Amino acid sequence: MAQTISYRDALNQALREEMRRDPDVFVIGEDVAEYGGAYKVTEGLLQEFGAERVIDTPISEEAIAGTGIGAAMVGLRPVVEMMTINFALLAMDQIVNHAAKLRYMSGGQLRISAVIRAAEGAGLQLGAQHSQNLESWFVHIPGLKVVAPAVPSDAKGLLKSAIRDNNVIIFLEHEILYNSKGEVPEDEEYLVPLGVAEVKKPGTEVSLISYSRMLTLCMRAAEQLAGAGIDAEVVDVRTLKPLDTATIVNSVRKTHKAIIVEEDWKSVGMGAEITARILEETFDYLDAPVMRLALAEVPMPYSKPLEQLALPSVDEIVSAARQITGRG
Amino acid sequence: MTVEQERLIHTKEELLEMYHQMVLIRAFEEKAAEMYTKGKIGGFLHLYSGQEAVGVGFISVLREDDYVVGAYREHGQCIAKGTDPKYVMAELFGKATGVSKGKGGSMHMFNVKKGFLGGHGIVGGGMPLAAGVGLAIKYRKTDQVCVCFFGDGAVNEGAFHEALNVVALWSLPVIYVLENNMYAMGTAVYRASSIPDLIRRASCYDIEREQVDGMDVLAVREVAERAVRKAREDKEPRFVEAITYRFRGHSVADPATYRTKEEVEEWRKRDPILRMENYLKDNRMVTDDDIEATRAEVDARIQEAVDFAESSPFPAPDALYEDVYA
Repeated sequence: MAQTISYRDALNQALREEMRRDPDVFVIGEDVAEYGGAYKVTEGLLQEFGAERVIDTPISEEAIAGTGIGAAMVGLRPVVEMMTINFALLAMDQIVNHAAKLRYMSGGQLRISAVIRAAEGAGLQLGAQHSQNLESWFVHIPGLKVVAPAVPSDAKGLLKSAIRDNNVIIFLEHEILYNSKGEVPEDEEYLVPLGVAEVKKPGTEVSLISYSRMLTLCMRAAEQLAGAGIDAEVVDVRTLKPLDTATIVNSVRKTHKAIIVEEDWKSVGMGAEITARILEETFDYLDAPVMRLALAEVPMPYSKPLEQLALPSVDEIVSAARQITGRG
Repeated sequence: MTVEQERLIHTKEELLEMYHQMVLIRAFEEKAAEMYTKGKIGGFLHLYSGQEAVGVGFISVLREDDYVVGAYREHGQCIAKGTDPKYVMAELFGKATGVSKGKGGSMHMFNVKKGFLGGHGIVGGGMPLAAGVGLAIKYRKTDQVCVCFFGDGAVNEGAFHEALNVVALWSLPVIYVLENNMYAMGTAVYRASSIPDLIRRASCYDIEREQVDGMDVLAVREVAERAVRKAREDKEPRFVEAITYRFRGHSVADPATYRTKEEVEEWRKRDPILRMENYLKDNRMVTDDDIEATRAEVDARIQEAVDFAESSPFPAPDALYEDVYA
């Protein structure tokens, strides 16, 4: 049985199901309990699970991350909500210097099972400090896994897998996707494995490689391209670390052309890493240089037209695909 | 009950055990310094010599299932929590038999089975983690406690204030023990804190606080008993400032030119081990021969630790990628 629900509700279901299944799972963060979450992802959890398992915190990011990780050091499974990735910068010491390294530094004695959830992304005119995409900061760090779902079914299945995983997972939700709807299986054992990319639309002429909200733009671009007789394949990376290089490479070997669409900045961004993997593993198959469409390298402006100008668009993806396939 | 009366409660065995632990830790640290100069130990090496009474006094009142979170001057605390010194020495040597399989080093000793949860090298970084351990204790409704050691440098970190606020707010059984050895690396307390009386830095969180002479293991133990009992029974945090002194530099590489010889000599007169020896002798619990015997036994044990570390293998190349993920 499948249901059509929002990305937000899919996340909420994942949390509920995992909290029912495992009493060691708890939620902690700013306004997660009484307020129901800044983006309402945790709505109703307080009523079902009580204040002992749904814990409101002061605005103290280092303590939020640290208490979650400390509880994980002795075996609990926290789901830490950072509200937005921008605020996680205040907790980087706990995430990077502690969470990511505790297992290794202890010679494998510690197991840190923790999910650190945060909304990221731009498009709501929130200005420079509230619109960032910082996935590459975390992807850089050994000991972390990084997940960024684009559709409700993946949001649910990946979050459930992340909660069951025995590692530290940075779980990135896109703030514009919370209201987006899609089919989601009702099965409580519906899991999407971490570290596995998915071809969301098969095609033969060009690979559009993306994740999170930009993936949804790629899907729309692929439809328009189909109308113009260009058969694009869309690859949803979904897990940014560990990166499923094989699925990406297989797609490029089929299409011989790759366009990476990302909402982070181009310099040392996710697209740079994906490009490098393609060049390292399947350079000979390429018929054209890899293209990257990314956020303009500026702090995000507030004004709506400027914000839209900074972000990659469907039109840009379509025209890039036309260019790379020589059908401009 | 007076302090003296309370001290009488300790059995002779408990007193001798604390004395023995301090002698063991001192011998361990001095041997580690020697091994460092011989090139057997790399990286940073922060020694506990002079501060033994704080770790030993506190840990002596803990149960095996209680937790300790240390900072980066933690070899002695790891030993006091029940770790055989040979595994700590092997860790310093970077050997596969070390407590952290040779991948942690001096600043990252862990013995999770004994409740010793590190070994953290970022100033103040262990404090939020200890709050999390306290949160887990509360979550599971057990009567364990978590003791978190940190230095005077940490009071100027945001983590200090965030952690104290949440343990007080949520009534978590965490005892924060400030080991004030007067210097954050080379910076004297009065040059770094707007209020040099550091116990006051914790005063706005409404956590019960006590100050103790950290060079007197009996005084530390007395305060520790109160703090741990309170934390365990009332499910409340406590804050203790132990005034102490490190006899060596910040690390072995530090000649400590920011302190005068006179100052160091003054503090050495208050050596917690000598003080305990005198106490034990005055109370006719030990003779000079007993002390001699203890030192000989400890020296032999430390030599065994060095031999064990020396003869242990380095980690195999495969270990490089092990335990990054579970």
